[in-house]
Amino acid sequence: MAFGAFANTGPDLSAAAPRRRSYIALILLLPGVLYLVATFVAPLVSLVLTSFKEPGGNFEVGEYVFAFRWENYTEALGRFGEIFLRTFGFSAIATVLALLISYPLAYFIGVTLRRYPLWQSLTLILVIAPFFISFLLRTLALKAIFADEGPVVTALQSVGILGPEDYLNGTAFTVILGLTYNYIPFMTLPIYASLERLDLRYVEAGGDLYAGPAQRFWRIILPLSLPGVVSGTLLTFIPASGDYVNASKDFLGSTSTTMAGNVINDMFFQSFYPVSAAVSILLMIAILIPVIAYVAKSGSEELL
Amino acid sequence: MTTQGAAVLAETESTPRRQRRPRNGRGGAGSLVLGVYSLLALGLMLIPIVYTIVFSFNSARRTNIVWRGFTFDNWLDICDDARVCEAFGNSIIVGVSATVAATILGTMIAIAIVRYTFRLRTLVTVLLFLPMATPEVVLGSGLGSQFVNFGVERGLWTVIVAHIMFCISFVVVTVRARVASLDPALEEAGRDLYASPAQVFWRVTLPLLMPGILAAALLCFALSFDDFIITNFVSGNAETFPKFVYVAASRGIPPQANVIASAVFVLAILIVVIAQLSASARRRKLAKSG
Repeated sequence: MAFGAFANTGPDLSAAAPRRRSYIALILLLPGVLYLVATFVAPLVSLVLTSFKEPGGNFEVGEYVFAFRWENYTEALGRFGEIFLRTFGFSAIATVLALLISYPLAYFIGVTLRRYPLWQSLTLILVIAPFFISFLLRTLALKAIFADEGPVVTALQSVGILGPEDYLNGTAFTVILGLTYNYIPFMTLPIYASLERLDLRYVEAGGDLYAGPAQRFWRIILPLSLPGVVSGTLLTFIPASGDYVNASKDFLGSTSTTMAGNVINDMFFQSFYPVSAAVSILLMIAILIPVIAYVAKSGSEELL
Repeated sequence: MTTQGAAVLAETESTPRRQRRPRNGRGGAGSLVLGVYSLLALGLMLIPIVYTIVFSFNSARRTNIVWRGFTFDNWLDICDDARVCEAFGNSIIVGVSATVAATILGTMIAIAIVRYTFRLRTLVTVLLFLPMATPEVVLGSGLGSQFVNFGVERGLWTVIVAHIMFCISFVVVTVRARVASLDPALEEAGRDLYASPAQVFWRVTLPLLMPGILAAALLCFALSFDDFIITNFVSGNAETFPKFVYVAASRGIPPQANVIASAVFVLAILIVVIAQLSASARRRKLAKSG
């Protein structure tokens, strides 16, 4: 699947056919590239321009004119600073949880089940199964499972972990759990992809050199699967930090769990386009920093 | 688990103790714990899916939250709530249109990127990578405010425009791998047999790329069908299936929504299982003949 985008699982391109210069390349590239310029680059530029706009002269709702209004940014940071922190906090915790769940799972499927191809593909299908059923309905199912009268709350109350008045829906707990659940496959698949190609002879060699199981893991297995871990982390963290379904009040959140995506959505639909754009740009910059660091490390040839 | 235990036994018997190989991935207590942990994790991940499917059989009408007994009615008249069906139809229209367009554009780019050198190659790579590294909410609000700025009326076709945009990169990634593993000797053989460049493309290159292109198309359709975050910003009054669910979430979702989601799920899983089985059958056949 597309997770090769980060997992470096593609075949070695240096061995591909000799490259020729040709006008054919231009014909092949132009439609798609122009399309992306029109629908991706231009909207980003437009987003930057919008983020500096101020209300128009006749004060009609949704009417804005261009001005270098930096205040949109300082206001966004001032008003939503706490929400930004929460966004990255929630996404970071969800990413770590997804990693803790995914690594052993990916190891089991990619290494332990290597001798049983049928079981390997069966478990792999179970990992990608969530992709095939509506993300929104699955999140609503989680909401029902964590409902006040639902099985989890009732069970936790009966063993005394939750008090009789306590609840789970609308708290940071369910939002983080929802984010973790929804993005686990994005973490598992790239780690699986790199563990599946792990050459076990390296691990054997480590054993021959008297390395214990822990040493073999930290010094051989983990470093060799690191590209997958980095890819999975980005693929989980990026969508989680932009998600506004899990944290919205009709799903797993409440007004106290608002994330950056909710602000962008709410401001956009209340026609406060400059604020929405400023928050979008700030989110984009915050995401691009780790991505650029990753790209700088791995090189542009391995981007796709 | 018993076969694994037997494998471990066989191994300890046949290899002298001192030279015993590390048991990573070869059974043992560690593997047992790992297996139990993995099955538990997979089981927990399936709970919301099972819940969604089970509640498609709930005999509730508007608010499908409390279990009110088993019924097949929801499956028999899926279009009881006409809006569910209309939203589903819209999702199909969007998914098919976006998939066709994105697959064609993406495949062309994938061939160009693997086969040719050109200036600004790095720039094109970055341009293809960035949409995947940008949070969907930024893509959506950007395209949405672009439409607002230009006074474009939003509807189904703006949703299609947006879905083509985010699909292209995924198509390029998927097809590119296939292009890179293509043996150039096969095309050469075609040319040696006096095939024109067009003939080589349609009768050699394209059929060989087909599995990759089909995988890319399936991925694109799945992404499009389930997308809500971008769709919400660019859809105006048009309702796709995820948008219907989102809007209905506050006032109760009819069980027919669960029916549609479950049916799509079962169909998709069937396609994947059949694809897997036929791929492994083909591998076995190749192994036998080769």
